Amino acid sequence: MQPSVLLLILLAAMAVAYHLGSKRAVAVAGGASRIKTLHSLPNYYGLYAALWTGVPALLLLGFWIGFQDAIILALVEAQLPAAMTEHLSEGRLSLLVSDIKSLASGRIVAGDVTPELQAAAAQYLRLQQIANMSLWALALALAVGGVAIARRRISPGLRARNRVETAILVIMIVCSSIAILTTLGIVLSVVFESVRFFQKVEWTEFFFGLQWSPQTALRADQVGSDGLFGAVPLFAGTLLVSLVAMLIAVPIGLMAAIYLAEYAHGKVRAWAKPVLEILAGIPTVVYGFFAALTVAPFIRGLGEGLGLDVSSESALAAGFVMGIMIIPFVSSLSDDVINAVPQAMRDGSYALGATQSETVKRVIFPAALPGIVGGVLLAVSRAIGETMIVVMAAGLSANLTWNPLDSVTTVTVQIVTLLTGDQEFDSAKTLAAFALGLTLFAITLVLNVIALGIVRKYREQYE
Amino acid sequence: MNSQASPAADGGAPPKAIDRVREGLKRRYAAERRFRLLGLAAVVMGLLFVALLFADIVIKGHTAFLQTYIQLPIHFDAEVIDPTGERDPKTLKRANYRTLWRDALREAFPSVSGRQDLRQLYGILSIGVSEQLRDMVQSDPDLIGTTQPVWLLADDDVDMLIKGHIDRDLPEADRRVKDGAIAWIEALEAKGAVRKQFNRLFFTNGTSREPELAGIAGALAGSFYTLLLTLLFSFPLAAAAALYLEEFAPKNRWTDLIEVNINNLAAVPSIVFGLLGLAVFINFFGVPRSTPLVGALVLTLMTLPTIIIASRAALKSVPPSIREAALGVGASPLQTQFHHVLPLALPGMLTGTIIGMAQALGETAPLLMIGMIAFIVDVPSGATDAATVLPVQIFLWADSPERGFVERTSAAIMVLLAFLILMNLTAVMLRKRFERRW
Repeated sequence: MQPSVLLLILLAAMAVAYHLGSKRAVAVAGGASRIKTLHSLPNYYGLYAALWTGVPALLLLGFWIGFQDAIILALVEAQLPAAMTEHLSEGRLSLLVSDIKSLASGRIVAGDVTPELQAAAAQYLRLQQIANMSLWALALALAVGGVAIARRRISPGLRARNRVETAILVIMIVCSSIAILTTLGIVLSVVFESVRFFQKVEWTEFFFGLQWSPQTALRADQVGSDGLFGAVPLFAGTLLVSLVAMLIAVPIGLMAAIYLAEYAHGKVRAWAKPVLEILAGIPTVVYGFFAALTVAPFIRGLGEGLGLDVSSESALAAGFVMGIMIIPFVSSLSDDVINAVPQAMRDGSYALGATQSETVKRVIFPAALPGIVGGVLLAVSRAIGETMIVVMAAGLSANLTWNPLDSVTTVTVQIVTLLTGDQEFDSAKTLAAFALGLTLFAITLVLNVIALGIVRKYREQYE
Repeated sequence: MNSQASPAADGGAPPKAIDRVREGLKRRYAAERRFRLLGLAAVVMGLLFVALLFADIVIKGHTAFLQTYIQLPIHFDAEVIDPTGERDPKTLKRANYRTLWRDALREAFPSVSGRQDLRQLYGILSIGVSEQLRDMVQSDPDLIGTTQPVWLLADDDVDMLIKGHIDRDLPEADRRVKDGAIAWIEALEAKGAVRKQFNRLFFTNGTSREPELAGIAGALAGSFYTLLLTLLFSFPLAAAAALYLEEFAPKNRWTDLIEVNINNLAAVPSIVFGLLGLAVFINFFGVPRSTPLVGALVLTLMTLPTIIIASRAALKSVPPSIREAALGVGASPLQTQFHHVLPLALPGMLTGTIIGMAQALGETAPLLMIGMIAFIVDVPSGATDAATVLPVQIFLWADSPERGFVERTSAAIMVLLAFLILMNLTAVMLRKRFERRW
């Protein structure tokens, strides 16, 4: 019996409760003609009943689904013979647990199927069944109880509308707090795993080490259990690709914004702007495909024609395509700030005899500069966090180089590589991805806060 | 410098300001023209990139919508398919259909012999042909015992050859299709037994290791479930959050914090949301990996800021007089919102939601983190089946070395872009249709 079925049943119960509640309200008022004696309209009594029916049961359902698996697994684990678990590392243990789970659901198991394992799987299934049944029983009991309570409370004097409105307001507050919860979730998940990572690998090695090879052991005395975790080549690679991207995006985006805002005809502007913005709506995986299969071979061919040695996964190709992607961010943000510069400043400049380009360069651009800088910073944060283009077009080898024709790797590429495929959850390799994620999150967060602050302040200046 | 000083040097009338201005004019106008051209060039370059991108995808991908088929007379041998003659569905399902088309190939080219050559000969047809024949027999058992000309799916290398992606003039060693195979294909072509027809399999099959059998049905279904759940989760949440923040929230530290937070979340790299999904939803709450459910949860958190920001803008554009009128005739604040403000703001909110959904449809990186990258052949039938989505399918195909996957990747991109364009057009239409100037 699926939880989704229970969800539907509860929703249906709420509908029924709504109906019963409004009926009941009319009845306690003494018929449709005496509705006036009720404090609120009958449908508020219906909603009141529906909330009593649905909210407790739905909350129970949510928590139950969220924690059932973890609790049952803990129980099963505790029941395992001590001989099986005492010598296992945390990673092995989690493998064992996943074996039990797959055995229980009838899938193929990676390890040997021992009788203990089978017993554990059977127990897992049994506990799951018990949990499921008690969930159904409890949820339905709560729903029925809710109807009963609501029915008893409904009286002409009940301020049903106020109660319902308070409940709705609380629901809305909870919904708007999800944004905070998300941030909190991000911070906690990356920080928690990163702390475990830094217990295995020195933070100085991570932030200042010059060699990154998480897969293989290169030297005997290294700090991590396997591989080297010096992230400097990744930071350098990210910086290099982003730099190439910004060298493409900023001049083109800025000049396009200036042209469209100051020179172009209304008609040209009306269709060129949305066409440029198409670039922002194209999925990044499409850019990645374009970079890997069209731009990279083209640049390689071009380089060979010039007698240069170009890697087939050059930073230049990835950065170039990323630059194309970022053009609309720069251009539309710059367009906004250029348009926000008061017309009076232009008129004043023209009145002194300046040409249009002189006005742009000496009056509008300085006035719009803070906003443009904010926009560019947002674009940089976008470039640093961009994943698919570099995963598909940049390389995997962590070279510490400033040559854009070489292959480099970036933070996001490594996160994807470390976390796709087989993973043990507590190996330094997997945890390294979270440390990289934390770094990425922190850097982009700082950039965003600065950029948004600048943009906001600038807006206030001319409003 | 020289030109500026010259009138004074002539010893004539003292230099007037206007002269100095005139002298600089030519240079300044040239600078003006240069600047203007530079701007124009930037716009043209931007537009060029758009055109280039689309042209590249279409040129690479349009051939995938046609697929090469080869016609052979197939003898549906009763001995092979159903020796007992009972027409038992189980026997029909298990029969060895491979011998049927292999026999047909041998009959068409009786001169071919030897293991190597025969293997090459069998290689011109797809291994999916057995399934094709089985489906034919299962839907019409009367075929057994007859001989029918059937259009059979060609192998991807042959398909590439017919479409001209493999150069027949290259030396044999550099070619995926060898001389022998080319001779057979040319013989079949001369008989008119090779043709390209609409590639139905591309829209009905799940993915496959064989390019000619790979389709996007599985990815489309996965995208559909993921997007449906994302919509169900994110719209109510975002609407409630926007309504509260815009209309009810007192101006205090807490709401300020929420506001800053939402703006920042909108700019957090999407891959970080994938890390969140992996650590919180999968490892902590035990949501099954690789499913549309966990994908939708991650995408909900990711699109929430976009939709909240758009919804707040829509609510803000409803003039205060509407609220005052409603409050004036005795509506409660919530009644004012739900009966009057919300219906007026709804088109704007829906527009924002569609844009958010388009963003979710094209998103790849966070879904890689939560395991939607697995190779899944079956078309998922629900939100808790392991699935992949269209952008991830594109990513996986783009990584495949076979030449046949290049056109399929491009074709899948075309389908994805078509959906995105459709969604964005709907958003634009919605905005145009319901936009009000107060």
